[in-house]
Amino acid sequence: MADEPKDLRLLFGFKIDCKDRYKVNREKDQMSVTVIDYKAGNLTSVLKALRHLGVEPEVTDGDLSPVESAERIVLPGVGHFSATERLDATGLTPAIRAAIARGVPFLGICVGMQWLYAGSSEAPEQPGLGHFAEPCTRFAESTEKVPHVGWNSLEVKNGSRLLAGVEPGEYVYFTHSYKGPVTGDTAATTFYIEPFAAAVERGNVMGVQFHPEKSGGTGLKILRNFLSWQAKERE
Amino acid sequence: MITKRIIACLDVHGGRVVKGVQFVDLVDAGDPATQAARHAREGADEIVLLDITATHEGRATLLDTVRRTARELFVPFCVGGGIRTADDAAQVFEAGADKVSVNSAALADPKLIDAIGRSFGAQAVVVAIDARRDPKAADPVRDAEVFVQGGRKPTGRRVVEWAREAEARGAGEILLTSMDSDGTRAGFDCELTAAVSESVGIPVIASGGAGTVGHFVDVFAQGKADAALAASIFHFGVSSARSLKEELAKFGVSVRLPC
Repeated sequence: MADEPKDLRLLFGFKIDCKDRYKVNREKDQMSVTVIDYKAGNLTSVLKALRHLGVEPEVTDGDLSPVESAERIVLPGVGHFSATERLDATGLTPAIRAAIARGVPFLGICVGMQWLYAGSSEAPEQPGLGHFAEPCTRFAESTEKVPHVGWNSLEVKNGSRLLAGVEPGEYVYFTHSYKGPVTGDTAATTFYIEPFAAAVERGNVMGVQFHPEKSGGTGLKILRNFLSWQAKERE
Repeated sequence: MITKRIIACLDVHGGRVVKGVQFVDLVDAGDPATQAARHAREGADEIVLLDITATHEGRATLLDTVRRTARELFVPFCVGGGIRTADDAAQVFEAGADKVSVNSAALADPKLIDAIGRSFGAQAVVVAIDARRDPKAADPVRDAEVFVQGGRKPTGRRVVEWAREAEARGAGEILLTSMDSDGTRAGFDCELTAAVSESVGIPVIASGGAGTVGHFVDVFAQGKADAALAASIFHFGVSSARSLKEELAKFGVSVRLPC
């Protein structure tokens, strides 16, 4: 078997440089991250990836003070959209809204991304944050299987800061049946049955439909981009 | 484009990776954490760790193994073997698994599938099915018999019918092992895999019989598999996920070439 991956160049026209993907950066001072636990699936993988990148996350499942003092917020989530009801019940929703308004960088993952939209047809009675005006919907009926499970490619829009340095031909891991629409805020699209929003980004508010904590070196790079995200110089 | 997944399977016994032929004659094949990390680095899309002893006394060992294996693993990680209750599953998730695979216990009490799915989401529940073709059945393939306890005990359940029930109860994926092919390196049972894959709307992972690149091409094309599991092909330096995928790409199979 050939050691030299000639096929990569054939497929993508160049060889992806992977050497910095697993790098750990411990030199940053602003590395405090608050992770929201709303009891939708387990947080272990997200916490593990953040620790790998050199931060010790603070987890809250209802205490508002870690959100009020947060320097960065991650909202993970796998499972059903209705679980986000807990964010309303605990008062975390207005606390997160206030943090976002303060300019705190926010990353929603999977259901955590979908929550940034108006809502989801998975649980029509449960509103999302409404930061992005559209609703999330289920994949259209087709011959393809739903859920969309597996590694799929990203088409990254120019200017995405969250996905900076992600090259064509890099893959990330998805597992979901509902998705956000492609709009002006879409930072990357992925095709499965139809094009959908694999990532969304407007200012300090970011979301990814895939699981960066489970997407190998590519996912770690994206998480590192989030951890080093700084507000742009004010004019 | 969605890619076909190549999943590395580690059968674990007493905290060590082992491999046997048709569930017997086990040989030592290394440390699970080391093996998992190597497979992920070499491009495996997912790691499955199956505790094939799964005795009560072995639970603490397993959780320790899961914790060690998960620590520096950043691809999906599924753990199976001896998960009898939603509490067992919760412990395995807490130790760092992303998915659990249930087999015997789900057949004994199918509500286990619903219970784990409710707490952790359907994406976290893989129902593993060990099936053997039944020459006496009207349709030996669709009516392949489902076995439990590591292939030792027949259940009387039929493979397609059980896979559909698992899906209806909220399973996120089916891990289908052909007992006829397992360990032989003579190829997957493509007919069995296609029969199940075409009967459910959730991904099917084919398992049992991988020996050559061509076997993987066949199970994706004819077997309609969404993913394929390989254990022996990855051990003892026979092949790596990367070289396997580079070969698959030449055959037109859509795969993720690892970064």
